Amino acid sequence: MTKYWINGETAIEMNDAEDVNTVHFTVDDKDVLVSAGQTIYESLRHMDGIGVIPALCYHPAVRPYGACRLCTVEVSEDQGKSFKFVASCLYPAKNGQIIKTNTEKIRKLRKGIIEFLLARCPDVKVIQELAKEYGVEKPRFSLGNNECILCGLCVRICQENMGKSAISLVNRGIYKEVAAPFYAYELGSECIGCGDCAFVCPTGAITIGPDGKPILPKVKIPQAEVEAMMSEEKLSKS
Amino acid sequence: MVEQVRKLLDRKLKSVQELEQFQQTILKDKDLSQVTVSVCGGTGCRASGAQDVVDAFSEEIEKRELQVKIDFKETGCHGFCERGPVVVIGPKKIFYQHVKPEDVPEIITETVLNGKVVPRLLYTDPATEKQITHESDVPFYARQMRLIMGTNGEIDPTEIAQYIAAGGYSALAKVFQQMNPDKIINEITKSGLRGRGGGGFPTGRKWQSCRTAEGDTKYVICNADEGDPGAYPDRSILEGNPHSIIEGMIIGAYAIGAHQGIIYVRNEYPLAVEHARTAIDQATDYGLLGENILGSGFDFTITINKGGGAFVCGESSALIASLEGKVGEPKAKYTHMSERGLWDNPSLLNNVKTWANVPLIINKGADWYSKIGTAGSKGTMIFSLVGKINNSGLVEVPMGITLREMIYDIGGGIPGGKKFKAVQTGGPSGGCIPEDYLDTPVDFDELTKLGSMMGSGGMIVMDEDTCMVDVARYFIDFLKGESCGKCTPCREGLATLSEILNRITHGEGKMEDLQTMEDIGEIMKMGALCALGRTAINPVSSTLKYFKDEYVAHIKDKKCPAGVCRELIEYEIDSEKCTGCGVCARACPTGAITGEKRQPHLINKEMCIKCGACFDVCKFGAVVKH
Repeated sequence: MTKYWINGETAIEMNDAEDVNTVHFTVDDKDVLVSAGQTIYESLRHMDGIGVIPALCYHPAVRPYGACRLCTVEVSEDQGKSFKFVASCLYPAKNGQIIKTNTEKIRKLRKGIIEFLLARCPDVKVIQELAKEYGVEKPRFSLGNNECILCGLCVRICQENMGKSAISLVNRGIYKEVAAPFYAYELGSECIGCGDCAFVCPTGAITIGPDGKPILPKVKIPQAEVEAMMSEEKLSKS
Repeated sequence: MVEQVRKLLDRKLKSVQELEQFQQTILKDKDLSQVTVSVCGGTGCRASGAQDVVDAFSEEIEKRELQVKIDFKETGCHGFCERGPVVVIGPKKIFYQHVKPEDVPEIITETVLNGKVVPRLLYTDPATEKQITHESDVPFYARQMRLIMGTNGEIDPTEIAQYIAAGGYSALAKVFQQMNPDKIINEITKSGLRGRGGGGFPTGRKWQSCRTAEGDTKYVICNADEGDPGAYPDRSILEGNPHSIIEGMIIGAYAIGAHQGIIYVRNEYPLAVEHARTAIDQATDYGLLGENILGSGFDFTITINKGGGAFVCGESSALIASLEGKVGEPKAKYTHMSERGLWDNPSLLNNVKTWANVPLIINKGADWYSKIGTAGSKGTMIFSLVGKINNSGLVEVPMGITLREMIYDIGGGIPGGKKFKAVQTGGPSGGCIPEDYLDTPVDFDELTKLGSMMGSGGMIVMDEDTCMVDVARYFIDFLKGESCGKCTPCREGLATLSEILNRITHGEGKMEDLQTMEDIGEIMKMGALCALGRTAINPVSSTLKYFKDEYVAHIKDKKCPAGVCRELIEYEIDSEKCTGCGVCARACPTGAITGEKRQPHLINKEMCIKCGACFDVCKFGAVVKH
């Protein structure tokens, strides 16, 4: 007989049945039984008694992406001999795993990520709150003035749920940003104005304008520059 | 048209016996005493003018209407790029270096027709000052073990017949005649071959898991997206011996049951793309690719996919995303590529060098192969030895050779009598190894222990004039732009590291910065999504570990000990040594140097942009940097 936690207070005892529809693992020294086919984060998200795993790039409506890395946990698949760091939003829950969601290393990692995010977006409320919770006072690095954390939720919901792809993540590395096609100032006819992007945005970087269309975060390459580049090309061709 | 098609059909080799017969016919026609002229046509030698030399040879041979038949060919990279253009005259293998088009008539008259050597074109060993006639005696080659690169210098990569004559496709013949897939995988596993792209994953195990993975469609992919600054072994193999990769891929496909192959190659490698394409076309014409290969009933085709030049697309999951037409971003690899890769089908992805090893192992056997190398790393590895080194080029050495042997015996040491400072291995996310560890044997595990890595074979040698803080800054700046930008630790971590390192090299660093950088490194190692982010701290952590004093000098004393960081150095003219010749004043781009003729000159520090032009031109050592 094993004790399974239904929530923080109540536990039931039941036999270890070979059930393909359930997965049984240990989280922070508690045995849990969850439906099979979920990721670790999904299976623990609504479970009381397990500490909250922070996540900014997760939304149940879209496929997990693993960008913010805040939901990182330590997992052992060899009875605790070795642990590895995995993004719980992507890692499948499996039988026999030992999962630790709140070790010293994990807290250090989250603190570090929050410090990065706070330096990037010092004025975003949700990050300020996380910073308070994890004891990040002031980032040691120079501050930016962004609101967008590049979690990609807006892009994914537009593509996966609306089938529109009216916005996209463009460029790579530190130059990555959310932008409309061809860096246009305003979204074109691809955008149907559903507002999903603003709805899922965890930081409020996207707002809805008076015409019902979303206003994207300010891009680094202004439209004027793109136009200049294109006109130069035109000139050289003609 | 009909005639062309018939001809094409005629060339198809329908069985292993036909392949062997074909090889015999070529060899029978081959006169071993015949003079061969091989001009290196690799990108390195082309950059130093090999194309002109090739043209000069063709012209000269045609003009003279020679009585003797010469086997003239433009081959792949010989490896000794420092001395290019390289010409090797067979059968004695006389080695000529720095050949210019003007030298060609003389080479033909003296060497080709009369068998005499042209001493002026020979290589002089700087250590003994002796001239060396034959290729195999040149110290650069003598200490190498050129199992894979060796064929490069022998064959014209655009002629499949030459590859077949050199024993090519015999591993494939052996596979079809004597081996089943399990036996092939067993052989690869037994050989101890590990992935040459940098990860060092056991190749046999990868093949096995791909073979057992469920799926009707499977893919075989060659990763030729080599992006490390200063490393180019993959390019040279693909340029110089593309059929060895094709042969390896056919064997791999046969072993796992795949029928489609893809070579993912950088668009910045035009010659490699061209040669790979020619090779695929020729192999198809000869029935070595396509349907029913050599009558075995096995079908396999290869296509080429050109990458857009993002460094991160060399990472396996990003490469797959790129192949699928998506943004080249890595994905979490919680299921293996060999189970779910391209279009969610099992995919076998190996590096160019790994594929090139396959025919060798099949031909010579796993027992022979596993005798080369160290306990954990078998076979040879190709490094591109570059930087402050006398003999820069591609070197193929058995695993376990020491760094010292590579740098001093093969590389010929540091030029200009300068002192060795560090060697950087493994590309941008590798680390810098100082002199104390030069006797470390080079293999996957030892390099990782030193805080560096094997990577894809980059090896950059640095001398005393290199500033290690500046090196770390360079690699972090490279990675900052080449990270995909998806996950927070990598993107923000690199941006912050770059900010801090730039501050330090500008003399505005603080001692706390060192701890901050170590903290960032820890976060990136724990939290980043792919190997790029997890190893990106290596250039900083290894230099911090072995060269901390340089960081401290930059921060506390505001000095760059190597005299590299512009903001921290000053140029001055030593009035005792200055003869007043005025050369420096003429070289100065900003007019910051003034002085009367034959009188000591002066540098106006306000106007000086610290470009170092005066320092470089002064013959009297009167310009000092401090």
